Amino acid sequence: MATEAAAAPAHMADSGTAARRLKHTAGQVGIYAALVFWAFVSLFPVYWTITTSMKVAKDVQLGRMVPWVDFQPNWLGWRSLGLSPDTIGNVSTVRDEFLNRFLNSIFTAFGASALAVLIGALAAYGLSRFTYRFLWMKNQDLSFFFLSQLILPPVVLALPFLVLYRELALLDTTVGLVLLYTLTVLPIVIWIMKDQFDTIPIELDEAAQVDGLGPWGTFFRIILPMALPGMVAAFILSLILCWNEYFFAALLTGSQAKTLPVMVASQTGSQGINWWSMAALSTAAIAPLVLVGVLLERFIIRGLTAGSVKG
Amino acid sequence: MAIASNQSAIAPLRRSWGRGLIIAGTLLFILTALAQALNAAGILKLGLTNWRPTLFAFLVFAVAIGAGQVLMRGQAGWRALFILPAGLFTVAMAIFPTLFGLSIAFTDWNLASLTGQKFNGLDNLFQLLRDPFYWNAMVNMVIYVLFVLVEYAIAFALALLLNAEIRARKFWRVVFLIPLMLSPVAVSWMVGKSMLEYRFGPVARFARWIGFQNPSFFTDPWVARIWIEIMDAWVSIPFVMILLLAGLQALPKEITEAAKVDGASPWQRFWQITFPLMLPVSLTAIVLRIIFKLKLADIIITVTSGGPGGATDSVSSFIYREYRDRSNVGYGTMLAMFYLVVIVIFITVLLNVLSKRMRRMT
Repeated sequence: MATEAAAAPAHMADSGTAARRLKHTAGQVGIYAALVFWAFVSLFPVYWTITTSMKVAKDVQLGRMVPWVDFQPNWLGWRSLGLSPDTIGNVSTVRDEFLNRFLNSIFTAFGASALAVLIGALAAYGLSRFTYRFLWMKNQDLSFFFLSQLILPPVVLALPFLVLYRELALLDTTVGLVLLYTLTVLPIVIWIMKDQFDTIPIELDEAAQVDGLGPWGTFFRIILPMALPGMVAAFILSLILCWNEYFFAALLTGSQAKTLPVMVASQTGSQGINWWSMAALSTAAIAPLVLVGVLLERFIIRGLTAGSVKG
Repeated sequence: MAIASNQSAIAPLRRSWGRGLIIAGTLLFILTALAQALNAAGILKLGLTNWRPTLFAFLVFAVAIGAGQVLMRGQAGWRALFILPAGLFTVAMAIFPTLFGLSIAFTDWNLASLTGQKFNGLDNLFQLLRDPFYWNAMVNMVIYVLFVLVEYAIAFALALLLNAEIRARKFWRVVFLIPLMLSPVAVSWMVGKSMLEYRFGPVARFARWIGFQNPSFFTDPWVARIWIEIMDAWVSIPFVMILLLAGLQALPKEITEAAKVDGASPWQRFWQITFPLMLPVSLTAIVLRIIFKLKLADIIITVTSGGPGGATDSVSSFIYREYRDRSNVGYGTMLAMFYLVVIVIFITVLLNVLSKRMRRMT
């Protein structure tokens, strides 16, 4: 192509003059300055929260920022949660409550993500491979039906579910929350999984059928192992959304099934200036997800970009 | 994509077993629901305290439908089994509650009062039309949605940065992604309650340092609105950024290289080549972001509770308080249903306009 032939001489002319090189260096400096600036914007609130959990009242009031340089780290915040080294062995009601909320969050998030990935992957495979007709709806309409649930704001379902769950004795239960969270992440899971299945050649299915496997055998033995990266991506994305969900949890849980965000929010309202314990609580609440974000970033990006970018 | 299969004949006996199973399951479900309704009305004395039997009957009904499909339609039935769980789940958890919500929306029902549910026709709707706080929240939603364009511009700049020739691209990407991981409620405290605290918060300290006498972030309506938006943007910009970055990386390199050769400046290259090519991805990102923006609630509930004077209220946070403070289920549901209608119309029109635009441009 003409572009390739022209590229080489243009490049040589480009590096020829000193002025251009200066401009290039300035551009590089600008880019790195912008990167550092936004990294600061992204990380400072996290840094502030972690360090504040180790400050005493005086450090907060004097606006101390850097541990060991302008203030001496202290376990005050973590002690009030019962999670500091010297209190970790003692009995602590606050810690018991925190661990209870933490476990509730884990059960709810993992339960809902697992259920959503299970039924979502099945539906996505079906929509990717077979032709359905249900009343007037064909495959495309069915896909749209599932995806359109994404538009439904939680507030529309919240009050009906409050009444329904009261009648079904599901208020303040983890099962009730799991069902609702499954509903909220299901469209996203179906979206990601359908994108994943569409990239697996249909010839594989046909070969499996020739070998005598039925649709379910084909799905579980041949296709599912190949779709594993997509499933992990869908699962992790669901996990993040469910872990952070607040609206339903605030309305539908009371004492038993409370999740971590509800605990954090209730502490925010009740406490005036007890910064160190709030900071410790916030740190503990976000730490698992920061870890997930750093370690599993590849899958998160894969999940977020599924289906949105096609060549 | 579809797999053609040779449909083997299904024995008539098996077919009628399947039909029988479906009918039996349906009957069981309907009869249980009916018995429960009579029990709830006090006509039948079954001693049931909750509606769980109906829930279990629904599960049996769902299994019967699945098994019946396989018996009646063989291979086609097995294939239908893939989509049935998700379909029945969505109908039971989204369609039914929405319809049930409609039945609540036209009643006067306060969970705190003893009078119970009373049908009141369109009264809730008329009250809604006259409710200044609800319309105030609606206007706020328009403002918040318009801010999506600012979020998009920042996200695009960040995506371009990450797509430039830089070292340690993966490191920067992880760092930029971190706010997306955090729960809005935790962010509410980290930023809204502590960094923006007017005496000791670092932002207040910085504001005083650059010359503001008494920085306060949640007393002036516009300042409060903008800080709520900043917090929400901080959490959500990485999402838009990742979508745009994926779009940038999928662009064919030859085109920008060719423009470089032709002597176009970076500014021209961006507006004449990159931006138009990115339009489809941009629109996807913006529409998705708007859909999520319309659910905005957590940060507002925890930081300002809608204040000052409703200036930061979103529709969701307003309805949340309508229930939390007044237990007003009937009116609250009407507000939510009206909101649903509005956003369904809005999203439909938006998608139609956008797809028409796109077709004209290509």
